[in-house]
Amino acid sequence: MSREKSFHVLRTTVALIIAMLAAFAVIFMVSDTPIESIRLFILGPFSKPRYIGNIINTAIPLIFSGLSMAVVFQASQFNMGAEGIFYFSGAVISLIAIWVPLPVGVHQVVIILAAAVIGALIMLIPGYLKAKYGASELVTSLMMNSILLGLGSYLMTRVLQDPMASNGSYPYLDTAKIPVIIPAFKVHYGLFIALLCVAAVSVFLYKTKWGYEIRMVGINAKFASYSGINIVKTIIIAHLVSGAIAGIGGSVESIAMHTRFEWNGLPGYGFTGALIAMLANNNPVSVIYAALFVAYLSTGADIVARLSDVPAEMSTILQSLIILLIASERFLHSFKQRWMERGIAK
Amino acid sequence: MRELLNIIFTAQFLHSVFRVTTPILFASLGAVIANRAGVANIALEGIMLISAFFGVFGSAATGSALGGFLIALLSGLICSGILALFTLYYRANVILGGIAINSLASGGTVFLLYLFTGDKGSSTSVASKTLPEIAIPVLKDIPFLGDILSGQNVMTYLAFIMILVVAVFLGKTTLGYHIRAVGENLKAAESVGINVKLTQTIALLLSGLLCACGGAFMSMGYLSSFTRDMVSGRGWIAVAAEAIGRSNPIGTAAASIAFGFFNAIATAASTVGWASSLVQTIPYVSTLIGLFAFSYKEYLKLKKR
Repeated sequence: MSREKSFHVLRTTVALIIAMLAAFAVIFMVSDTPIESIRLFILGPFSKPRYIGNIINTAIPLIFSGLSMAVVFQASQFNMGAEGIFYFSGAVISLIAIWVPLPVGVHQVVIILAAAVIGALIMLIPGYLKAKYGASELVTSLMMNSILLGLGSYLMTRVLQDPMASNGSYPYLDTAKIPVIIPAFKVHYGLFIALLCVAAVSVFLYKTKWGYEIRMVGINAKFASYSGINIVKTIIIAHLVSGAIAGIGGSVESIAMHTRFEWNGLPGYGFTGALIAMLANNNPVSVIYAALFVAYLSTGADIVARLSDVPAEMSTILQSLIILLIASERFLHSFKQRWMERGIAK
Repeated sequence: MRELLNIIFTAQFLHSVFRVTTPILFASLGAVIANRAGVANIALEGIMLISAFFGVFGSAATGSALGGFLIALLSGLICSGILALFTLYYRANVILGGIAINSLASGGTVFLLYLFTGDKGSSTSVASKTLPEIAIPVLKDIPFLGDILSGQNVMTYLAFIMILVVAVFLGKTTLGYHIRAVGENLKAAESVGINVKLTQTIALLLSGLLCACGGAFMSMGYLSSFTRDMVSGRGWIAVAAEAIGRSNPIGTAAASIAFGFFNAIATAASTVGWASSLVQTIPYVSTLIGLFAFSYKEYLKLKKR
């Protein structure tokens, strides 16, 4: 491992430790039984097979959103649209999952492919506006999120809503569901789809021409342009791939974890995806570990919230802090200088 | 449609345009100052949310609206100070720093709300104060015009006064001149002895103060309590308004008012029975279209060259 890379690992670790210490400090301030709360937060997620399964199941959508963000981040595009796409693709594929009878296997594949297309098409809007006209993809994608939420809830109230269910669509057909692998852990087959996507994105980014172009544009757009890369095309491709992954994520989450469409608002995966992509340094394989780690944190926070007295939003606070630290170039900078110099001196 | 048009031409509707423009205007002016100094403040949304929260709890703790307002300002200042610390001194990517502050605000306010009230939705159980509405003498007696312009919240007047204040500040004061110099050419500003980092920090802090005004208005004027994620995208709309207004206070204000108008339309349309889930998207759709139109125009200009 190069010194540059091992420094990244070290820095990430230190940031995580600091964030954890901050979390402990918060727990000490707000909890009546701080020691017990911290114990639950750290060890709770491993205390039952169900919780371990919960970590993995929580990590699955995070792998998708982390991958989705990693692709746009690689092209230096700050697009937060994964959030809206997760929600909206979940709503639209519910139409297929509820009303289109198809044989098992085919049904899931149709749903996932449809979701990928929906996600890619949605991402085309901010992608095209940015690539061609320079409209800030950050702002347009956030506006799109709110618009998609409105469209999705319109679809829900007008079409999907089951009058017999208090708050949910008509139930999905059994042929559409993604089954559980091991009952004790409740982990579902979506895990394999997620890992497949990781492999596909790795190959795409590191072994194909388009992937190479995306990374070059991300490193230095001007230079990439001078060396003959079509920037408009490349930025659009990055957006399309990112949207497709987010769409797949939304559909997998819907048909694996839910028996009907029941999201009332944006599920929050977009932001967490940004965090995961950063933790993973935008590397697809590292996204898996980052997603597992964040899933562990949020499972821990959920357990503390349920069994003790610390609100689950603690994990959001923790995540924001981690982002701030990792995004800071100067964090541990002087240490880096010495570390690199020693590497060169050798 | 007829019903909607009938509503739009009432004094009450035009009155509401000013009201809903207020938070967007504050935040977009905040964006102007930061951007002129060359730092894109995209934490507007989060800073507004945090100050909305502290306005409510500050006013409940001090028992006065003014106390709440000052505490809201302080919280906005601290928030933008943290942003400045990380982006300017620790060199965090401005956008990622902003994203972190926004999510910290979203999660942190719900966290604190739950600790203080046991509720994760709103602060209605807290006895908080609101900022006063002001009837303007003479003006209030003029028919129609009086109904529109008088009786607005004090923050609405402040927001519109701020357009001029920011314009004069940037155009005529030494600090404003420094801010523009730093934003236009960092190296050149440095070479004539301007402290770049300090200037940018001040710009971010001022930007935070303006956002705090918007936030305080949200929870102590627009509504009379804090509700979860109550800023709901206004900070982002402000970012778009600032871009469309090309960082010019007057232009930005015009764009903010346009977005405020669409916000007010959304509210009016839902009262005449249009599907609320679709109507709620009007402000965002208008922002998206506005941003597109602006970028397209810029693109054509660039192409001509």
